[in-house]
Amino acid sequence: MQTDKRPAAIRTRDLNLWYGTFQALFDVSLEIKQGIITSLIGPSGCGKSTLLRSVNRINERLGYVRIDGSIEVMGKNIYDEDVELVQVRKQIGMVFQRPNPLPISIRDNVLFGYNLHSEKRRTPRSELDGIVEDALQQVLLWDQVKDKLNRKATDLSLEEQQKLCIARLLPVKPGVLLMDEPCSALDPKGTEAVEELIWELREKYTILIVTHNMAQARRASEECIFMLMGKVIEHSPTESMFVTPAQQETADYIEGRYG
Amino acid sequence: MFRETALNVRDKKVQGLFRLLFLTMTLLLILPVLVILGMLIYKGGPVLSIDFLFTAPTDGMTAGGVFPALLGTVWLVGVALLVSVPIGIAAAIYLSEYASDNWFTRIINLAIINLAGVPSIVHALFGVGAFVVFFGFGTSILAASLTLAIMTLPVVIVSTRESLMAVPQAFREACWSMGATRWQTIRRVVLPNSVSGILTGVILEVSRTTGETAPIMFTGAVFFTPFLPQGVFDQTMALSLHLFVVATQVPGVPDELPYGVALVLIGMVLLMNSISIAFRMYLRGRKKW
Repeated sequence: MQTDKRPAAIRTRDLNLWYGTFQALFDVSLEIKQGIITSLIGPSGCGKSTLLRSVNRINERLGYVRIDGSIEVMGKNIYDEDVELVQVRKQIGMVFQRPNPLPISIRDNVLFGYNLHSEKRRTPRSELDGIVEDALQQVLLWDQVKDKLNRKATDLSLEEQQKLCIARLLPVKPGVLLMDEPCSALDPKGTEAVEELIWELREKYTILIVTHNMAQARRASEECIFMLMGKVIEHSPTESMFVTPAQQETADYIEGRYG
Repeated sequence: MFRETALNVRDKKVQGLFRLLFLTMTLLLILPVLVILGMLIYKGGPVLSIDFLFTAPTDGMTAGGVFPALLGTVWLVGVALLVSVPIGIAAAIYLSEYASDNWFTRIINLAIINLAGVPSIVHALFGVGAFVVFFGFGTSILAASLTLAIMTLPVVIVSTRESLMAVPQAFREACWSMGATRWQTIRRVVLPNSVSGILTGVILEVSRTTGETAPIMFTGAVFFTPFLPQGVFDQTMALSLHLFVVATQVPGVPDELPYGVALVLIGMVLLMNSISIAFRMYLRGRKKW
């Protein structure tokens, strides 16, 4: 896979992060390439979720988080003074571990983000219908739900809920999708379906995905970052990381000696 | 195999004993309620009639109905709600959705708990000092209702905050991660999903306020007045105070009259509670997560 020549979509420089007095990230400097799937792996507590969450600044509402260093997304440091948080969240979508559709209709879920960011006071119904169909098509959910768009989203199966959670990000046309163990609440069949979907979405979006599941990282990502104790140990194309890891710690982890 | 042993027999006896003990305590608990209700209905029931509800007391309060007191209670509770509900809900939203956990919010929480613990007679004296005298409202519905409002504010805040906190955090995270502001999140997701709990709390507060006597007796409710209240600066009779008056302060009241008044009062409270329960069941049936 030719991933080397791609430009970086996310670039962190000397990123340090503290929860109170506990330092969770140490000098993280990374270049995450545009239009591919990069997976973050490592044992529990290694800082992978923290790193993911600082990329759309969702960590911030915890008052005791302190950050040093920078995260550039599409060339702009999202921690700069002149950055509007709402725009950050719009450009950088987030999918959570447990599917969290809002307790409103499927259609309203898909349009929720769109309505937040739409400058028009009213969008014609036909245009909204198109947006809903397009988003649901992209996440391979349209055929299952097209006849029950007004039903509550919380009635869907977990797999469908998670697909919907991805679909609702798409109408605002984000550049980056962050996923925090998006399949860990799903059964094997659901996992497979959502993985397939994520694979379909690459190229159009830069996808950064945290996973506990080594097989998933290997199957469904093009580059892989291995973290340990808040530090990046290795960042390389997935295939080479799993076949010929450069670091001893990576090899140990991949072979299941800890984690 | 599988035969009962002496040990099993003993354990089962002890188990039965404790079960009996807990059951007895539970029955003891509901006994007074049944006795009170039974007494009220037995003694006060015959007094009740449409006339009783809708006529004024006559013959030096020894005969006639309770209409001025009933109407007065509706006024007092209504005005108190108009004040306490908006303030209470707004404060609860601030505390639950905006405030972070720091010394300032901790002091506010402490104040709310303390406010809830202040005896109602102390609220009454505060009401006299603040609303009757200092603000110069005189003994009036306004002064009495404000006193009631302050007394019930902690209840509204606490019940509202609990309903807000019952909305799963995942919904808020979903909204924020899409770029919704706090207010958009509250307006579109948090409030629609907590409104049933908030309203239930409000109705329960109504039923509590209805029965209060001490806070209104110095601030706006009177022994007897031949006039029905026309506005918030009038004095008024109130059911709870009226019960106290006919039961203890007026000579020659027929035995069953106070029971009739008590029945009306309790009837109002029970009605409110039933509405609140029915309402909650209706709204709960509709939501799902």
